[in-house]
Amino acid sequence: MRESKAITPDLIASHGISSEEYARIQGILGRDPNFTELGIFSVMWSEHCSYKSSRVHLKGLPTQGPCILQGPGENAGVVDIGDGLAIVFKMESHNHPSFIEPYQGAATGVGGIIRDIFTMGARPIALLDSLRFGPLGDPKGRYVAGGVVAGIAGYGNAVGVPTVGGELFVSERYAGNPLVNVFCLGIAPKERIWLARAGGAGNPVIYVGAKTGRDGIHGATMASEAFAEGSEERRPTVQVGDPFREKLLIEACLELMAQDVLVGIQDMGAAGLTCSTCEMASRGGVGIEIDLAKVPRRETGMIPYEVMLSESQERMLLVAKRGREAEVLQIFRKWDLDAVIIGRVTEDGMMRVKEGGQVVAEIPAHPLAEDGPVYRRCMARPDYLQETERADLSCLPVPRRLGEVLIQLLGSPGIASKLPVWRQYDHMLFCNSVVEPGSDAAVLRIQGTRKGLALSADGNGRYTYLDPYEGGKLAVAEAARNVVCAGARPLAITNCLNFGSPERPEIMWQFAEAVRGMADACRAFGTPVTGGNVSFYNETLGTAIFPTPIIGMVGLLEDIRHAATQWFKAEGDVIYLFGETRDELGGSEYLKVIHGLETGRPPRLDLDRERAVQAACLAAIQAGIVRSAHDAADGGLAVALAECCVSGPEARLGAIVELRGEVRPDALLFGESASRILVSVTPADADRLEAVAATHGAPCVRLGKVGGEELILKGRGFECRLPLARLHDAWATGLSQLLE
Amino acid sequence: MRVGVLVFPGTWSHQDFAHVLGDVVRSPWGFVWHKERSVAGYDCLILPGGFAHGDYLRCGAIARFSPVMEAVVRFAKEGGPVIGSCNGFQILCEAGLLPGALLRNTCLQYRCQWVHIRTENRNTPFTRRLAPGQLLRIPISHGEGRYYAAPETLAAMRARGQIVFRYATADGRVTAEANPNGSLENIAGVSNEAGNVVGLMPHPERAAEALLGSQDGLPLFLGAIQTVR
Amino acid sequence: MLEAQIYVTLKRSVLDPQGETVKSGLASLGFTGVEDCRVGKFLVLTLGETDPERARGQVEEMCRRLLANPVIEEYRFQLREVAG
Repeated sequence: MRESKAITPDLIASHGISSEEYARIQGILGRDPNFTELGIFSVMWSEHCSYKSSRVHLKGLPTQGPCILQGPGENAGVVDIGDGLAIVFKMESHNHPSFIEPYQGAATGVGGIIRDIFTMGARPIALLDSLRFGPLGDPKGRYVAGGVVAGIAGYGNAVGVPTVGGELFVSERYAGNPLVNVFCLGIAPKERIWLARAGGAGNPVIYVGAKTGRDGIHGATMASEAFAEGSEERRPTVQVGDPFREKLLIEACLELMAQDVLVGIQDMGAAGLTCSTCEMASRGGVGIEIDLAKVPRRETGMIPYEVMLSESQERMLLVAKRGREAEVLQIFRKWDLDAVIIGRVTEDGMMRVKEGGQVVAEIPAHPLAEDGPVYRRCMARPDYLQETERADLSCLPVPRRLGEVLIQLLGSPGIASKLPVWRQYDHMLFCNSVVEPGSDAAVLRIQGTRKGLALSADGNGRYTYLDPYEGGKLAVAEAARNVVCAGARPLAITNCLNFGSPERPEIMWQFAEAVRGMADACRAFGTPVTGGNVSFYNETLGTAIFPTPIIGMVGLLEDIRHAATQWFKAEGDVIYLFGETRDELGGSEYLKVIHGLETGRPPRLDLDRERAVQAACLAAIQAGIVRSAHDAADGGLAVALAECCVSGPEARLGAIVELRGEVRPDALLFGESASRILVSVTPADADRLEAVAATHGAPCVRLGKVGGEELILKGRGFECRLPLARLHDAWATGLSQLLE
Repeated sequence: MRVGVLVFPGTWSHQDFAHVLGDVVRSPWGFVWHKERSVAGYDCLILPGGFAHGDYLRCGAIARFSPVMEAVVRFAKEGGPVIGSCNGFQILCEAGLLPGALLRNTCLQYRCQWVHIRTENRNTPFTRRLAPGQLLRIPISHGEGRYYAAPETLAAMRARGQIVFRYATADGRVTAEANPNGSLENIAGVSNEAGNVVGLMPHPERAAEALLGSQDGLPLFLGAIQTVR
Repeated sequence: MLEAQIYVTLKRSVLDPQGETVKSGLASLGFTGVEDCRVGKFLVLTLGETDPERARGQVEEMCRRLLANPVIEEYRFQLREVAG
């Protein structure tokens, strides 16, 4: 046998399998595994596939709700939106591959999440991406950022799924480990959702799509290791995406799903053929037997180990109804795709892999997929918190020229206009984009209904670093606030949890706390978690990224005509603030950009207050009286007001605003107190807005008026007058200067 | 009057054209798969945007050899109205139904944005409902939209009025700043000599509903429908 | 068997922004002696045809019809023997 590689302790260790895990494998098999089986266990029990460190914590997340049709555990979550329709969505990370090869890493990240969506029977209609890079002044940071953006554009544009929004943030903490989190949403008739389950002994197992090569072998285990020196040289494991073939797969699979020929279907993502066969068998309570000799290959001389572990892109595995094979193959032929029957469903619950006549792996599918190790890892509160929590920010000097501070903040990459990024993405395909990128949330109309969807991706790693529990809460709150500002009721979330090594107690503590915060916030807003992804080992040379939970929030507009945008609409409109500004500077962009500090406590979030503010804003939008609504977050009120003035696609409008409060001027202008929304209304509707706020118990203060050629900010002891052209230039060029 | 919307493997704007034809202008339509050999029964043909055959090798290069293209050429030679948008424009150029070629944007990046285009020629089935010099606010979405033709070709096109649209500023000036991709003479759309075949890089189907920010693309649809009726 | 190595490049008269960008990239790395840079495509075809003359005719035809667009591109190619 070509693969009679001896199972030595070194070989086991090089597969990332501990001695306890090896004993567990022996227990499941009742013997020692062979080389192929060892490889299979190593990918299935990798952190990436098994969630062995995160599972105990993720159990605390709410996953049920009246509109949830499918929670975690399938390829993606499914939510009922009425009118006989369901939305299918999920977010996934592709951090490690994007560091090694930015273009292909990001491109295959897009391809992978799209497959998760159409696998469930939904047509993918929108992508969002959440990106974190190192400083763009640095050539490496620029190279990674440029490559990632080009990869998302290259794949997303060609495959024909619009990228309708997203977010981007830059910090030294991501220099050695960028984050690329991609969210995809699809839409399907509610009665036509497909699950990744095998069933019916004797039914054929069919391989569809691209041929199998050696690419990506051990991608899943790579995503489960921290970067050491030399990781960039691991190029052979990089997969290359083919958006054209993926487009054919989308069309062919959706055509297939409209017929009555399928039993179940799953894409081959991480751990490829291994993961798809054993998971489909396990979920269906059956076995699967496949013959590797039948698997279409791109390279010669591949051993079973390699075929089973390959992560070649654009491949699917499906189980069809016996007797309907010809119809299935016919549809794939129409689309010029390879489709081959490689095996069949069995009753014995085994994942049996043959090469020609010889059995090369034989593992009980259910224990392989479900009985992986589960760790309750050590946790410890990190020491740095002692220092950051005690930081005395009251002794910081208040800058004299506050207007210049605003200009500087507007030009910082986290705040500046992201137009240089999103104009590279087709964000209008399918004629649904009612609110294009550049407002708080993207808004899509749902064709054939009066409804709309608002989508937002959010998460602040710095907050989570300074207080993981509050950071988790704040991420959910801000994502919800964003969709509310667009006029939508928050429905449900997916998430991507990006952390360092779970083997370090302080990282594990950050993780557990952030998840606890998210769970509390999700319960408060009634937005269950429908699935997501955990990405550990985001560290290079022992330095972890900021712990970064990213929330993908979906909201529903009952009436698309209520879609709201963030920019001011007309001279004379009255500006209001829902919520209150407190003396909070901890973790702010201001503190980082102006004072070079990342310390303090992040803004305190009172969930009841947040709910009241969101309810008031949504009610006012639905009453048709809100002309603009904008979340005041990064950079505080001053930045939010400047964005209201200059971020609109057409005319810029000035404003005169007076800020009151017993708060130091820099906190008043640039502090990031949570639960605040800026709205503008016509003077005639001002009383109605105040009444709506009172009904919902949300604080509501009149700040000033829209108009003029300047943004004028007045308060006790300060007055800034900034011409719109200056504000706009700072904001519009901040990122483009760095990216070009 | 029935409009045929061509579908190549990798095409993605066909559903948007179908939506506008069916739900907005309410004209009968049908998809024409690229392996068909006939376009009988259709009075007007649309080649939509996308990445036909992945745009591998060159945009439109492989699509022009699809079986349906022979029928499209015959239909066009007989005077039938044909319009190609984005990738469809690229395919029509590759097929020799329109002069010139489309090259990579000068900025080397994909561009998806709103632009203004100025109507330069109303003498085609698609532009007859437009006023002379009418400005349209319309989206583009492409990486390879830089129009090129050899100088002598361009001179002949100019003389015959084959330049149909030019990129312009919001107040109608044809300037370098208004040119999103480096096209020669800001050319956004051209026609064949007879005027029945038109290609343009912008997406008229994305500018057909007030909800999406512009209805300036609608006259192109209505013009074609009116011609055939 | 014969192998055809085909080079497809933009015509001189056609602007090549990619070439310009590569040239300035090289300059920023200190390679200032690059006078001009043009980026093109390189295709390798393995042919069943064994007669060089016939192969040449076939490749010529392939280039004219599909591999290069005469409006914007030019091509050249060479043939070499490879082990079957």
